[in-house]
Amino acid sequence: MIGSDLLGIENLERSDIERILHTAVHMREVGEREVKKVPTLRGRTIVNLFFESSTRTRASFEIAGKRLSADVVNFSPSTSSMKKAESILDTARTLDAMDPDAVIVRHEVSGVPKCIADVLDAPVINAGDGAHEHPTQALLDLFTVQQEKGCIDGLTVTIVGDILHSRVARSNIYGFLKMGAEVRVAAPPPMIPPAIEELGVKAYTSLREALDGADVVMALRIQSERLAGSYFPSAREYAATFGLDRSKLHYAKEDAIVMHPGPVNRGVELAHDLADHRPSVILDQVRNGVAIRMAVLYLYAGRKRERGQSRSAS
Amino acid sequence: MAQETPPSSGRLRGSDPAPAGRTLLDDTAITRALTRIAHEILERNEDTSRLYLVAIPNGGVPLARRLAASLSQIADVQVPVGVLDTTLYRDDLMLMGERPLLRATEMPSAVDERVVVLVDDVVKTGRTIRAAMDALMDFGRPRMVQVVGLIDRGHRELPIKLDYVGKNVPTSPRESVCLRGRDGGLDGPLEVVLLPADPRGDA
Repeated sequence: MIGSDLLGIENLERSDIERILHTAVHMREVGEREVKKVPTLRGRTIVNLFFESSTRTRASFEIAGKRLSADVVNFSPSTSSMKKAESILDTARTLDAMDPDAVIVRHEVSGVPKCIADVLDAPVINAGDGAHEHPTQALLDLFTVQQEKGCIDGLTVTIVGDILHSRVARSNIYGFLKMGAEVRVAAPPPMIPPAIEELGVKAYTSLREALDGADVVMALRIQSERLAGSYFPSAREYAATFGLDRSKLHYAKEDAIVMHPGPVNRGVELAHDLADHRPSVILDQVRNGVAIRMAVLYLYAGRKRERGQSRSAS
Repeated sequence: MAQETPPSSGRLRGSDPAPAGRTLLDDTAITRALTRIAHEILERNEDTSRLYLVAIPNGGVPLARRLAASLSQIADVQVPVGVLDTTLYRDDLMLMGERPLLRATEMPSAVDERVVVLVDDVVKTGRTIRAAMDALMDFGRPRMVQVVGLIDRGHRELPIKLDYVGKNVPTSPRESVCLRGRDGGLDGPLEVVLLPADPRGDA
């Protein structure tokens, strides 16, 4: 039974994930029609509440909402004027008074979507909160792997990069483990959270070992300007040791695919030609992102929050 | 008929033991009705090259396949069969708690200028047919739309009439009628059964 809000992958059941992926298969078919629009959410309002700037995710939710015929309103309060928690909730309450049927929230601080869900009547979809979770990204990654490989059970997935700061890594770790994959993470030691193996993943500081036998290799975006010097010496050195290129990819399985949540720092975490061509599936991820968000909106938007049910349930 | 089914209980009762019910049509009777309908379709449509059978899942799918086979046998015409899921076009989605499962839509040919024959297993309120017509229009502009219902239960809530009916079955609105496979799937022998009123509410 799918809950009221989608706050993270951590509190989804495997059956919920399967339900969302199954729905996305059919939503993708809608996206391939000549008229890429169905009347499912006609007359419904979806608010994109993005405190942290985002182009891709916001556009993806906007297209998804519009393909379901919802009215999509983008609301991006400047973060500078929204430092206090009270004002975030005030903003949320103001929006709630306009009776939206779903509110999609992104914020640079972990936990803000949950705080907002606690005061709103409308279902809340987390579009990325701090270093916590980015559930729709993980769902679209799972969907892409399922489409490419047929199933997820038994695959080996290696996530390379800034595991410490990455909500994408965290959501994907929960997602792939729940779906029965083996998950490995690889990064320079300072970027691997100390207790990461308690989640059930294996941590590597050697890319070669981490890639050995991998079916899926996921590179994360490295914020090289911010992190160089403290987490690794330089972008160039990171690229030499952890940047993916065709020669390093030989350690993985022959049919391994390469994924990246975008935007790619070309020449840092991914070599130029790898970013553009197979085995990388980056543009498929983008395409699947719309289908996954349509599925999420179909399953969550416009549902009444059941009173008495824990509001934090997701 | 999808719209008259509670979202949680599929019409194919899955692994649950099939509840007892009165059989309205057995497999032979279904085949006989479809053969007659195939003749009627040919009678009504001189230009068979325009025909396009579009099934409403789940029950419409095996029926449309059988109709296509019949048409091929009787008149040697190959009529394409499409599948059109109406779930995203339902008018009651927002009234539901959990949303129903989506089913595949596969439309192998364009509908423009075709005579589309919608095929459904059980027609009651007409809301599913309304949803199917709206969905169809998003795929193009058919020259004409006709409707086959294997079972017509009456109880229409919209001004929709069937062009071809397998059997008229007056029922109480609280009873339910379903097409099911005798061995659980829709690929083998089929039967239409009348199930008694669902104690959970309107079925």
